[in-house]
Amino acid sequence: MTSTEPLSTEPNGTEPNGTEPNGTEPHRLERPETEWLRVSPKYIPVDMVGTFIFGAIVTAVSFVPFWFGWSEGWLVGVGIGALFLITLALTPRRVRAIGYLLRDDDLLFRRGIMFQRFVAVPYGRMQLVDISRGPVARAFGLAELKFVTAAASSGVLIPGLPFAEAERLRDHLVAVAETRRAGL
Amino acid sequence: MTEPAATPGAVTGVAPAIVPAATDFADGEWHRLHPATPLFRGGLAFIAIIGVLIVNLRDRFFELFFGDQQVNLPPTGGDLESDALDFIVREELVLVALLVALGILMLLIAGFYFSWRLHTFRITDEVVEVRSGILFRTNRKARLDRIQGINIGRPFVPRLFGAAKLEVTVAGNDANVPLAYLRGRDADALRHDILLLASGARRETVVNASAGPGVATGVSGMLDERVSELFAPELDVDLTAPTSVVRMNPGRLIGSTVLSDTSVVLVVMLIVLGVTIALTGEFFLLFAMFPAMIGIGGFLIARITRSLRYSIAATPDGVRVGFGLLSTTNETLPPGRIHSVKVSQPLLWRPSGWWQIAVNRASRSSQNGAAGQQQTTILPVGNLDEVRAVLRLLLPEVTADENVPVIELGLAGRGTEGGFTVSPPRARGLRWFSRARNGFAFTDTAVLLRTGAIWRSLTIVPLSRAQSVSVHQGPLLRALRLASVHVHTVSGPITPVLGALDRRDAMRLFDDVAASALRAAQSDTSHRWRQQ
Repeated sequence: MTSTEPLSTEPNGTEPNGTEPNGTEPHRLERPETEWLRVSPKYIPVDMVGTFIFGAIVTAVSFVPFWFGWSEGWLVGVGIGALFLITLALTPRRVRAIGYLLRDDDLLFRRGIMFQRFVAVPYGRMQLVDISRGPVARAFGLAELKFVTAAASSGVLIPGLPFAEAERLRDHLVAVAETRRAGL
Repeated sequence: MTEPAATPGAVTGVAPAIVPAATDFADGEWHRLHPATPLFRGGLAFIAIIGVLIVNLRDRFFELFFGDQQVNLPPTGGDLESDALDFIVREELVLVALLVALGILMLLIAGFYFSWRLHTFRITDEVVEVRSGILFRTNRKARLDRIQGINIGRPFVPRLFGAAKLEVTVAGNDANVPLAYLRGRDADALRHDILLLASGARRETVVNASAGPGVATGVSGMLDERVSELFAPELDVDLTAPTSVVRMNPGRLIGSTVLSDTSVVLVVMLIVLGVTIALTGEFFLLFAMFPAMIGIGGFLIARITRSLRYSIAATPDGVRVGFGLLSTTNETLPPGRIHSVKVSQPLLWRPSGWWQIAVNRASRSSQNGAAGQQQTTILPVGNLDEVRAVLRLLLPEVTADENVPVIELGLAGRGTEGGFTVSPPRARGLRWFSRARNGFAFTDTAVLLRTGAIWRSLTIVPLSRAQSVSVHQGPLLRALRLASVHVHTVSGPITPVLGALDRRDAMRLFDDVAASALRAAQSDTSHRWRQQ
C-alpha cells in the first residue's frame, strides 16, 4: 500500500517508548512506535473544565447524607472530592498520553497511563467518522473525532484536535477507507 | 421516505403495472403479499373483539331465543351496554344502528383491502424493496449484498393456512425487511432467489432455477399439501433437500435443560424458599420470588419446546437453522455472516460431554430462536461430533481438517500443546483453576481464545470479520506484568476477551490480530460467495 501522508509531524516525545528509568523489567505496555501524533495541549484546560464541573456536582451530591444528619458522612464527600482533585491534577499527564498513528492500513490509537489502552482499527472497517464540538472545546477551537466501526466496543475517540486538523483527518480517513473497502 | 421515484424496473406513474403473483418473484416487478395477510396480521384481533362482544351480549341472545322464560335479565338501569341496546330498540333506531355497524365494518374491510393492495414488494438485481401504508407511505430498500440472513417464520395460525413470513435481515437496529405473509411455497422459492441474487450469480440462472414444483390441484390436493407442509421440517425448491447434520434427542434436550445453570438457580431458589418457610413460617418470600420463578420455569420450558425440532443443514447459500414445534422459524445465514462463534460447556454438562454453540451476528432477527432470545444459539446442545459438524458448517475455512486437533485442544485441552500460548504462572492469583487453559492460538484464518476450567469455553473469531483489536492494562495487571486483549466484533452474546496474559504475549497477540485481520479482510470475498 502507498504510504499515507502524516497530517502533522510533531512527535511530541514526552514519553518515548514508555520505558521505566529503573533498569528492571518494565511492567508497562510498550510499543515500538515512537512517532505518535499527539492532541493539542489546549485540550488540557477543556478536559479540566469538564472534570471540574462533573466532580463538583458529584462531590456536592455525596455530601447529602452529611446534611441529613449522618455525622461521619463528610468523610465520604471529602474522599470523593479528593479523588476528583487528584484526577484534575493528573489531567495534563493524561492528555499528553493520548496519541494516534496513521499506519499504512490501520489507525493505531492509545490513551491512558494508569489504565493503558491501545486500539488498532483497519481503515476499511470504518462505518462513519463523527466530528463533534462541545461548548468548552469550541471556545478553544477544538473538536473531537470519533471513528465508528460495526463493533460498539472499538471506541476510538480522539479528543482535542484543532478544528481544521479534525476535518483534514476526517477527509483523509474517508479517502483511505474508500480504497481499502472491506465488508462488514 | 415517501412515494418512490420512478425506477427503471417499474413502469412510471402512480400505480405501476403489477403482475399477478407467481413463483418468480425475483423478476424486478412489483408483487403483492398473500391475500389473507390482513386476516393473519390484524384479523385475529378482530375476531377476538367479536368474540368478546358475543360473550357480553349472551344474555341478550338468551332473551332473544328464550324470550318467554325471562332468563335472569339485568334490572333496567343496570350496565350501560344493555341501556344502549334498550335505547336503540325503544327509539326504533335499529335500522340506523345496523347501518352504522355495517358502515364501520365496510370501512374496516376497505382499510384491510387497501393496506393489502398498497403493500407491494419487488426484488431487483440490487435491492429488495417494500412499499406499504395507506396514509403514511413507507418505502424500504435493502441492498442484496448487505443481507445478513433470511428468516422464514411460520406462526401457528398462518401455518395452518399454509402461509409464511419471510424476513430479510440486514445489519443495524430495526433495519429488517419483513414480507408477511406469503404462501409457504412462495416464501421458500423467494428465499432461494434472493440468496441466489445476493450470491453474485447471474440472472439467467435465477430464472431457470425458480421454476417451482408442480402444484397440486383440487381440494384433496390442497389438503394434502397443507398436511405435508405442516409436517415437513423443511421445504426447499432445490431438488436435493438439505438434511440436518444434527438430530435432536429429546432425552438429551431435557437432560441438558435440567442440568443448565438456569435450572440450578431455580433449584437454589426453591431450597431457599423451603428453608425460610420451614424456619419462620412466613410466606412473604414466596410472593417476592414467585414471579421470577415463573419466568425461569417458562424460559426452561420454552427452551425445550422450541428446540425439539431443531435442525441445522448446509445449503448452497449458507447454513440453515430451524427451530420450533407449533410456530416454526428457520433462518438461512449466508457464508461470511458469522462474526464469532463460542463453544461452551457448563460444569454439569461435562460428564455427558455436551456443548452449546452460540454466534455473534450483525443483524437482529425479530423472530426467536432457541431459549427465546434472538437467533444466536445455533446448537442448543450437542456432543463433540455434532459440535465438529456444526462448526464445519458455520466456519468451513477455519475448521479445515488440519485445524481440527487445535480446535479440540481448545475445547478440552490445557497447557501449551497445539500452539496455544497460556497465561504465565504469576497469573495464578487471577485465574485460580484456569491459568493453564487461559490462552490463545491462531489458525491461518481465525484466532482461538480459550478460557475457563469450570465453565469451559472456546471463542473463535474469523479474522476476516474482526473489526478492531485492543490491548488493556490496569494497575492490578501492571503489578503482575500482565495485560488483556479484546478482539472487537459486532455486538452479541459473545465478547471475545482474553485477560491475564503475559504483557509481551498480549502485545504479540494484538499485533498479530491487527496484521492478520488486515490481510484476511483484503482477500475476503465471502459476501459474494458464488462469484468467482
